[in-house]
Amino acid sequence: MKTLAPHTKARHFRRQAIDMFMSGLCIAAAGIGLIMLALILWMLFSKGAAGLSLDVFTKPMSSTGTGGGLANAIVGSLIQVGIGSMIGAPLGMMVGVYLSEVGKNSRFASIVRFVNDILLSAPSVLIGLFVYQVAVAPFGSFSGIAGALALALLAMPVVARTTEDILRLVPQAYRDGAIALGSRENEVVRKVILPAAFGGILTGILLAVARIAGETAPLIFTSLGNTNWSTDLTKPMASLPIAIYRYAGSPSADLIQLAWTGALLITVGVLMLNVVSRISLAAMRRG
Amino acid sequence: MTTAAGKSLIGTRKPHLADSSFRVSLYVAGAVVVVVLASILLIMFMGGRQAFETFGLGFVWSTEWNPVTSVYGALPAITGTLITAFTAILIAWPIGFGIAFFLTEICPLSLRAPLGIAIELLAAIPSIVYGMWGFFVLAPFMADNVQPWLTELFAWLPPVGDSFFWFSAPPLGVGLMTASLVLAVMILPFIAATSRDVMLSTPQLLKDGAYAMGATRWETLTGVVIPAVRGSLFGAVFLGLGRALGETMAIVFVIGNATRMPDSLFAPSASIASVVANNFPEAEPGSIQLAVLLGLGFILFVVSFGVLALARLLLRQERMA
Repeated sequence: MKTLAPHTKARHFRRQAIDMFMSGLCIAAAGIGLIMLALILWMLFSKGAAGLSLDVFTKPMSSTGTGGGLANAIVGSLIQVGIGSMIGAPLGMMVGVYLSEVGKNSRFASIVRFVNDILLSAPSVLIGLFVYQVAVAPFGSFSGIAGALALALLAMPVVARTTEDILRLVPQAYRDGAIALGSRENEVVRKVILPAAFGGILTGILLAVARIAGETAPLIFTSLGNTNWSTDLTKPMASLPIAIYRYAGSPSADLIQLAWTGALLITVGVLMLNVVSRISLAAMRRG
Repeated sequence: MTTAAGKSLIGTRKPHLADSSFRVSLYVAGAVVVVVLASILLIMFMGGRQAFETFGLGFVWSTEWNPVTSVYGALPAITGTLITAFTAILIAWPIGFGIAFFLTEICPLSLRAPLGIAIELLAAIPSIVYGMWGFFVLAPFMADNVQPWLTELFAWLPPVGDSFFWFSAPPLGVGLMTASLVLAVMILPFIAATSRDVMLSTPQLLKDGAYAMGATRWETLTGVVIPAVRGSLFGAVFLGLGRALGETMAIVFVIGNATRMPDSLFAPSASIASVVANNFPEAEPGSIQLAVLLGLGFILFVVSFGVLALARLLLRQERMA
């Protein structure tokens, strides 16, 4: 650190002025971030709310270009996100338990941790292309289950990461106490550590659900989208993000309106999941 | 069965069937993570081999992209990816860094958590929503107000040869510049949140020492905090860069989707990810088009793997983000 010279009035004033100026810039930066959030939310509500009606939730997408709703896309999204989470969350939890309770700082655990962190930010378009090659092309058909699989691969690293972080907050004394009472390793994890960290793991899963619910790119390659009602997992399946994508690029004002409404629905859902889980995670970290 | 204080007792008992199957299943889960990454790399490479064999090095270096004559060079897409990602970083880095400093030192304590969450919400908005915002709101605004003004402002800037004219181009709205701006907003929360966590990892004692000697907040940041965590702060930027390189849906909406070399910063262009998403519907299984897209995917994967790995190595000591 630089040595501080004796204060002269001018020097003191100059240092304070620099501090004020830079702090002002940082406050402005935070303002820019908040204004961006406000602008996007305001745009979504002003354009999306106008199209909200019961039809959106009860009628399927129309194939003629006018009228219709988003019901089949909403159901398709629920199915794919549901199955994706049911595959990705347990897998991610196991990875998190492995990293925190068994692997710790071993070489293999370090590799798994590193690779998981990379997968966490890997381009989702590549996950879609990958699942297309292994689960769509060999079977000759786009399918809802392939979409769910791609979403599972995106959910897994999120859950793994939060699970490990949360398990590390469980006091070491819990583990030692359980072992001192004669518990086996799997009992320590199942009956002591996981229950103690249950809330944290659940919020991690909610964050993962929020992350995959808005994913569009991987679904282009896997479940493709479908304007008809279909709950057949082996056939192309509609989803809200794909419906938004197709409709936003259409020339019909009706369909663009539906795209805005769909975007509003999905954003409100995703942001609510985020707010709830982040507030509870922050509370847990404080202890 | 004695261990030093704080050391785990797990694994010190004699193995039991339930325990060993428990361990094996956890190891398998860990292995799945590694296998997924390795298979992505392998599948992309195998699938893209036909493209690499047909076009050789020209696949990476050729500027010609012509589906009619089946000639595919990736350079336009690679150029578009790099220009948008680096411009986005240039915009988002100072702002994200400022937000991080604001959230750690300036903001009143009671507002830190809510404002931090608000910034993180920017990262949670689905990228397709950014795409719609960029296409329907930002692009027209850029075309009408910002781009003509920039063209006039930078009229003195000499072109690079006769192929790149900076800001002298028709104000189309969609193109490299709008795509960069949308990307900047999207990666801003990642850079801000990670930089904040990195700054928070500086020992409070060091900062208190600086304040006790009369340093201002800014002097504490530049004199104590930044020297202590410089590497990790770069990690935060590389993390943002990794995100920017692979972003797809928002880019598809606003970049203009023209797979040719850009001749200005306003030019419609394409990124690797947007080319893959846009051309996929026409690519039949087993065709050269699909091989080209998988080859592009391989290039994108290798580049983003490199950037993200660098980010993680820089962030590793604190394991941030």
